[in-house]
Amino acid sequence: MDRDRKRKIRLGVALAVAVLLAVALVYTSFSAGTEAREPSEVLAAGSSAETYQLTGRVTSYERDGTGLEFDIVDRDGGGEVLRVHYTGVVPDPFREGREVIVTGHLGADGTFMADKDSLITKCPSKFSDQVEDPTNVEFVD
Amino acid sequence: MSALGSAALIAALAAAVYAAAAALIGTRGDRRWVVSARRSIYAMCGLMVVAVAAIEVLFVRSDLSVALVAEHSSSTTPLLYKLTALWGSQAGSLMLWAFVLSIASAAVLYLTRNRHREVVPWATAVLAGVAIFFLGLMVAGTLFPGAESWPFAAASPVPAEGAGLTPLLRHPAMAMHPPMLYSGYVFFTIPFAFAIGALITRRLDASWIRSTRRFALVAWIFLSIGLALGARWSYSELGWGGYWAWDPVENAALIPWLTGTAFLHSIMVQERRGMLRVWNVSLICATFALSLLGTFLVRSGVLQSIHAFGESKVGPPLLALIAVVVIGSTVLIVSRLDSLRTERRLDSLFSREAIFLLNNVLLVGLAAVVAWGTFFPLISEAVTGEASSLAAPWFNRYATPLAILLVLFMGIGPLVAWRRVTLTGIARAIAVPLAATLVAAIALALAVGIAESVTAYLLFCVATFALAAVGQEFWRGTVARRRLVGGSRAAALGSLLTRNRRRYGGYVAHVGLVLALFGVAASSSFQTSRDLRLSPGDQAPVGDFTISYERPTVTIDGGEQKLALGAVLDVSREGRHVTTLSPSREYYSGAVAEPDAPLRSFFEGEATSEVGRTESFSRDLWSAMQPDLSGFDRVIDSRDRRYAEALSGLSGAELADPRVQAVIAQAQGQMVRRLADRYLADPPPAEIRFNVNPFVVWFWLGVIVAVGGALFAIWPTPEGRRRRVSDVYGARLARELGGVRQ
Repeated sequence: MDRDRKRKIRLGVALAVAVLLAVALVYTSFSAGTEAREPSEVLAAGSSAETYQLTGRVTSYERDGTGLEFDIVDRDGGGEVLRVHYTGVVPDPFREGREVIVTGHLGADGTFMADKDSLITKCPSKFSDQVEDPTNVEFVD
Repeated sequence: MSALGSAALIAALAAAVYAAAAALIGTRGDRRWVVSARRSIYAMCGLMVVAVAAIEVLFVRSDLSVALVAEHSSSTTPLLYKLTALWGSQAGSLMLWAFVLSIASAAVLYLTRNRHREVVPWATAVLAGVAIFFLGLMVAGTLFPGAESWPFAAASPVPAEGAGLTPLLRHPAMAMHPPMLYSGYVFFTIPFAFAIGALITRRLDASWIRSTRRFALVAWIFLSIGLALGARWSYSELGWGGYWAWDPVENAALIPWLTGTAFLHSIMVQERRGMLRVWNVSLICATFALSLLGTFLVRSGVLQSIHAFGESKVGPPLLALIAVVVIGSTVLIVSRLDSLRTERRLDSLFSREAIFLLNNVLLVGLAAVVAWGTFFPLISEAVTGEASSLAAPWFNRYATPLAILLVLFMGIGPLVAWRRVTLTGIARAIAVPLAATLVAAIALALAVGIAESVTAYLLFCVATFALAAVGQEFWRGTVARRRLVGGSRAAALGSLLTRNRRRYGGYVAHVGLVLALFGVAASSSFQTSRDLRLSPGDQAPVGDFTISYERPTVTIDGGEQKLALGAVLDVSREGRHVTTLSPSREYYSGAVAEPDAPLRSFFEGEATSEVGRTESFSRDLWSAMQPDLSGFDRVIDSRDRRYAEALSGLSGAELADPRVQAVIAQAQGQMVRRLADRYLADPPPAEIRFNVNPFVVWFWLGVIVAVGGALFAIWPTPEGRRRRVSDVYGARLARELGGVRQ
């Protein structure tokens, strides 16, 4: 077999492997990705086993035992109130008015059952436009 | 001081504009313009030093008439954080970029002042162009005050006290993290600028690489330190117990690190064998674009992240610059394909250059995976209309096998010769490392077992192989050197290392990374983590350990307006005391201070976790705590109400009286102390997370070793200089004889 032919075969095999891996990447990401939803969207869709990444604003919260129960509304402050049940680490900046992201599913009783340790509290930024908010402090990378 | 800084920044912009123009004129061949452009870059560097010094003086003096100071510092901020508050802001970040860029540009132009007569003018123009972009963004902020990009903007009205730095950032690792990352990004500009110059002038041999490879390595060092400091901060300050969460902002810095690492390897193939030219220029252009993207992501709020920074006005111009870089360099590379082609071909798949190629494919592949996962919310929204995101398990599924393969290649690379190896050659090279790996594999299988974590087991095996291979290289080199010059073993090793700094520094960096990945694999696969709810006197078992909550602790820091509520935990094993941990939760009232509710202010403000941990070579005992203060709510509210009532009786004039203010301040201090006393006398239960993280310390040690190896590699040596001169001479001779095609 001459060298050029050998090189072409080699290139072909490498490209085929790359394409296969890329397809696997695309496929697994679309099947593993959890969709981002706001409370009103989750409530509208109703109870299901499907996992969502819920984003919203905390309106009130209470702790009992090792769990945390909190109410959240859409990020713009509107929509219905959704109750979330959560266990695990509560991030430091968590409090009322903060935007949070939590992963889980809507239970049969209308409570959003969050996965353990999935709660993320967004750090508000100096650069956001709500400068009148006195709790608005800066955060760098 | 503000006027001096402003003038220096505007003058720096003027210097950059002049440098770009003079360099472009100089590309036609008149050396005087090129020299003038270079001196103008020196001037820009000096002016940036003045500007940064001016803003730092304003921070140290707590001059609250400057908005940047008022919003990110305060008179009570400790000195270290006054100095580092600069990069807590957008305008300060831009300034840092321009500052580091001006230093790096001046350094590279000084070092290449007598070389690359054709390439340097174009490289100067590119460097000046990037400087114009960042300085221009800042100066444009004087025209559009809403953009918040002019660092010397005045505060109006001037506040009585500054907002102070976010408590989460008051950590030494976090203070140094942004400048390290930014320096990493900025230093990649240097090889990028020279690559563009080389492309334009078609001087596409390895000379642009030789002159800028040290800058690429410096960029790599800064980026590595920056990433590690970010991880360290996360491990010490965010009470979740880990150091890497595949967060978009972390990924944004990891992606250029991966492509930059690939570049550091692939340029060796071009220097040695003249191959991979298209790949190298593409890789450095991509790395620079990704560095800009990293800066952009942090500041844009495009992706949801723990670091959500809100939307920034500098996003669109940065995105435009990225587009110009990507499109411009693609067009340039395509138009130069004829000059970039080489006659050389890969001789064999079993050669050092083939291993370098494979390692590049793995690194770039990993970068592509991380990029895909990071931008998946945008991709999925574009495809399906619903934004969905990928969590850590998805990233781990790809990163783990790729990391194992990378470690394997770190072992194979040094054993394989350039061009091609013979079967007997590779058999002789591989025998010892393979034997060591087999021994380790059997020992590990018997001691720990394979089933608990197959991936960790595989990583331990390939790590042994890589370490043995590198060790064998050191051994063989020392033996050969000793045979050549005699003397003691240590002397032979010393001269071996200093004569081949780049090669052996690289091996040391490999050892460091293998150790770091060992730490990652061990701590992620064999971690024990428990969440407990304990009151003082309670105890609970975690694995072999027993945790008991001994007593509560309180620290009040009036200067920082900080109240730290903590716990002393005793950790014992089989009845024997192991260690005492003191995690605490720190509450700050500074930024939110509500005049009517001094106590509530603490708990509405930013709280941080101060982790209690003991580190050792075999395991970290790590703990974070959070007191359940719901029982304190009534007390806090009633005392705040009494305080507000007392205050409402005072008139405005009385409130302005300094003596009255002193009494009020004293009363506030007393309220905080009484709350602290109550916490000590009647301590509430606390949520405690206790982790046993095995071998995690090797992650930090590995990074230190890797950075040390890289530093060793860039250290200049007399021998190195001599060799470089002879290389240049040899190349010129060859050109003159017409025997070598460029």
